[in-house]
Amino acid sequence: MKALAALGRLTLGALAAVGRAGIFAFATLGHLLRPPFYWREFGVALMQIGYFSLPVVGMTAFFTGGALALQIYAGGARFNAEEVVPSIVAIGMARELGPVLGGLMVAARVASSIAAEIGTMKVTEQIDALVTLSTHPMKYLTVPRVLAATLAVPLLVGVGDAIGIMGGFIVGVNRLDFNAAAYLKNTADYLQPWDVGSGMVKGAVFGFLVALMGCYHGMNSGRGAQGVGRATKAAVVAASVLILAANYLLTELFFST
Amino acid sequence: MITLTDVHKAFGANRVLRGINLTVPTGKSMVIIGGSGTGKSVLLKCVLGLVTPEQGRIEVDGEDVGHARGGADRDAFLARFGMLFQGAALFDSLTVWQNVAFRLLRGAQKLPRAEARDIAIDKLRRVGLKPEVADLFPAELSGGMQKRVGLARAIAAAPEIIFFDEPTTGLDPIMSGVINELIREIVVEMGVTAMTITHDMTSVRAIADRVAMLHGGLIRWEGAVGDLDASGDPYVDQFIHGRAEGPIESVR
Repeated sequence: MKALAALGRLTLGALAAVGRAGIFAFATLGHLLRPPFYWREFGVALMQIGYFSLPVVGMTAFFTGGALALQIYAGGARFNAEEVVPSIVAIGMARELGPVLGGLMVAARVASSIAAEIGTMKVTEQIDALVTLSTHPMKYLTVPRVLAATLAVPLLVGVGDAIGIMGGFIVGVNRLDFNAAAYLKNTADYLQPWDVGSGMVKGAVFGFLVALMGCYHGMNSGRGAQGVGRATKAAVVAASVLILAANYLLTELFFST
Repeated sequence: MITLTDVHKAFGANRVLRGINLTVPTGKSMVIIGGSGTGKSVLLKCVLGLVTPEQGRIEVDGEDVGHARGGADRDAFLARFGMLFQGAALFDSLTVWQNVAFRLLRGAQKLPRAEARDIAIDKLRRVGLKPEVADLFPAELSGGMQKRVGLARAIAAAPEIIFFDEPTTGLDPIMSGVINELIREIVVEMGVTAMTITHDMTSVRAIADRVAMLHGGLIRWEGAVGDLDASGDPYVDQFIHGRAEGPIESVR
């Protein structure tokens, strides 16, 4: 009986948390549509989330593309299908690995920093100070970050796709003895615009989720260093799990037959 | 004039305010004293609408604060206030002058950037800081300087009412004296209504026209600062003399 009660409490707690995050998401969208809009904060967030995430997303994509080429070559060799390496690397990067790994890297880098920054602002009364200065914290802190991440992550995914495919190309040509021109032609022949487009749509959804979780957990941070630490951890965990769940749903939506 | 009538606020089972009745006359400096955790900050936040009381009425010049909780009304209401927070609550990502001119750079009171910067530097001078400080970030300042910047921000948009939350906490006695003098000068010079919360008795005597003591969720005593020493209230007496023995339990 006690175990059932504990399970019930856990379920109710989880549902309440989902409800609170949902209300926060709708409030964010509501504020997005109503002025004022803080362009300076949007520009800063775009740089922080987009431009400064390029190295980590680029390196992740590069090494993943290279490893993917080696794996597909080894797997393809079992039934004499080594020639599929360029097309599978390109499709795999564009549809799945580019957006998912890019999203996860951005979640680690951005959700944590947003949650820590806003959480610290909350515990040092900077959020209260914003209110007393007639500035809505959601408009000033949440909307610019969420919009910047929703626009920046698809672009990061696009760049990551290109770097990942290049990683596969370098490994394919230098380690697996592919002809460079044939590798590129094979890639271009099989990669469809929707392969890249679907990955970028996923990137937009992942960017929205990452910034939303960072802001939500930051705004709801507990007191002191421990509270901010917990908020930061919760933001990264929630963003990562939501990215993987959303990826499955979007893949079902886009590619299930 | 700020009027609080039967204001109640609880956080879970903790009933912090249990029926506050208090009037702060226009142009007067009211200091609220009381031990840590007695709800002094909550009281200020209720007036500002940062915390919503469960019961009671708060009026500013006859206008119910509850009616100004959203939209343009709220902005106009808050534009009448300035607040110095306990830890100054300066925005880390902005320079000192951008902090001071925050309200002047956005919203209904928005000014051209150069004009806002000039006003910010003027306010920094008013609180005894040199113009060179304007382009530093808050993290580059000492605690006392941060408090002064917070004070400059509180007065930047010429508010009618200023709240000071523990203005001297964490400062050395000399810097505390400087901040107390500044607050008194500014309150007199601008003719504002001021509400200060503190447990620093030197601050009380330097800043206050009137004093109220908050204890057990209620205003225990209220009167002119000159009457403080002869209040005849054992709680006030214990508090202002800092005695461990008395009706206020030392472990709360």
